[in-house]
Amino acid sequence: MTAYTPDEMMTVAAARRLPNGATCFVGIGLPSAACNLARLTHAPDLVLIYESGTIGTRPTVLPLSIGDGELADTALSVIPLPEVFTHYLQRGRVDIGFLSAAQVDRFGNLNSTVIGAYDAPTVRLPGAGGAPEIATNVRDLLIVMKQSRRNFMARLDFRTTVGWLDGKDSRARAGIAGNGPRAVITDLGVLTPAEGSRELTLSGIFQGITVDDVRAACGWPLRVADTVVSIVPPSDDELRTLRALHDRTRVAHGHRVRIALPT
Amino acid sequence: MTKPAFLPLRDAMAHHVHDGMSVALEGFTHLIPFAAGHELIRQGRRELTLVRATPDIIYDQMIGMGCASTLVFSWGGNPGVGSLHRLRDAVEHGWPCPLALDEHSHAGMAARYAAGASGLPFGVLRAYAGTDLPLVNKSHIATIKCPFTGEQLAAVPALTPDVTVLHAQTADREGNVLLHGIVGASREAAQAARALVVTVEAVVDRLDAPMNAFVIPAWQVAAIAVVPGGAYPSYAHGVYARDNAFYQAWDDIARDRDRFMEWMRTHVLATATHADFLRLLGVAA
Repeated sequence: MTAYTPDEMMTVAAARRLPNGATCFVGIGLPSAACNLARLTHAPDLVLIYESGTIGTRPTVLPLSIGDGELADTALSVIPLPEVFTHYLQRGRVDIGFLSAAQVDRFGNLNSTVIGAYDAPTVRLPGAGGAPEIATNVRDLLIVMKQSRRNFMARLDFRTTVGWLDGKDSRARAGIAGNGPRAVITDLGVLTPAEGSRELTLSGIFQGITVDDVRAACGWPLRVADTVVSIVPPSDDELRTLRALHDRTRVAHGHRVRIALPT
Repeated sequence: MTKPAFLPLRDAMAHHVHDGMSVALEGFTHLIPFAAGHELIRQGRRELTLVRATPDIIYDQMIGMGCASTLVFSWGGNPGVGSLHRLRDAVEHGWPCPLALDEHSHAGMAARYAAGASGLPFGVLRAYAGTDLPLVNKSHIATIKCPFTGEQLAAVPALTPDVTVLHAQTADREGNVLLHGIVGASREAAQAARALVVTVEAVVDRLDAPMNAFVIPAWQVAAIAVVPGGAYPSYAHGVYARDNAFYQAWDDIARDRDRFMEWMRTHVLATATHADFLRLLGVAA
């Protein structure tokens, strides 16, 4: 067995959640790595959609931005921003949304707007982007983010994106469609919403991590499922594919750009 | 039928963009009109309402140089890298001047541009439910009831920028413009604007545009400036790639006020043209 990092385990565990043939709206960063790993391993027919309007894209390197030329060059088609959010997302043609954020709470609501008060923030974060509508217009939502007490919060500073809202049936009562968050994959394990309460509950754990480790890295008293599954470490194929993807990406992002000016 | 004036970039910006205007320099990661933004910085524009779904480095620079008083946007980061430090400094500390935010999601911005492009007063979409965004942007996000089904939907006011600036690969000699690649909300921003100014990589005899291509007719364009490399460090698909290494390097430059000011003085204020800027960076010979 090859040694691996917690980040690699997180990306692999996230990738495994994506079924072959699904249509997936991809957030940048960790979700993008997981989605492309899935496509390059068990899910070759995964349809990836980025908010830049690149439909069915099959990049050979990970994009740095959501709109790198690599995504357009390898896409089935490239469509305008309003069309991807209305005809594809709002129309309900996307199975899975895959997001990350700065903060998450016990019901899978996300903050990517501010730390502190909105009008006088300690940290101004980038903001919503496509997340609020991805979370409410896809069938199933997946979330991937590293876990610590600083970002797994009892109370969000700002609710940018809705998960299970206040738990139980509050999401449905608010008239919000979709199945809501199905899992939060972290660098320690996997949290899934409990039946009924919809509270995120530790249901899977990475090897070498204890339940106490996960509890210590959570800002609310974390519930633990009756059965916590031990998640299978990355296979040699998964690790090799992920590392090769990151290697190709590093090389590509280091390329110098030259522009030929007319003489 | 009017035709656009082919102008030097300096004149195109000076004629069309004035202090206090609302200006949308659009392009989604791709075709961001950096040269035009730099020229507005050189001309010392103030009190602009800057409109863009993704402010990117160009608005970080314009905000840091004091050009803007309001930002209309939906995602203000350095894509794949982290924060826009000048945007953060303006919001967190009011440096160099306070910046009012009119903040949305991408879907909301798209609907606002689409409404402006359609000549409607507002756009309607299924969005914002359960989020805090409507609470902090009450004047630009409302709820409306569908008159047919009774469904509660979001309404956002139309965006009609005084000036939209786009960068494109080509124009023909009549001033018809052809863009290809990732277009974001460029089409809607162009149609919504009161005046459209375009910078292009090159002028060609014939566009030879494929049927259904994104062509802006000459009679919708107020002015065209030929600016090779005008989207750098963003990119022009088929001409040059995005300089991802520059985007990564910007994080350190923008983090510190003095370093940022020194970089802007040396690279933007002290260069007369975009070609000089590209040569100084060693990107062009």
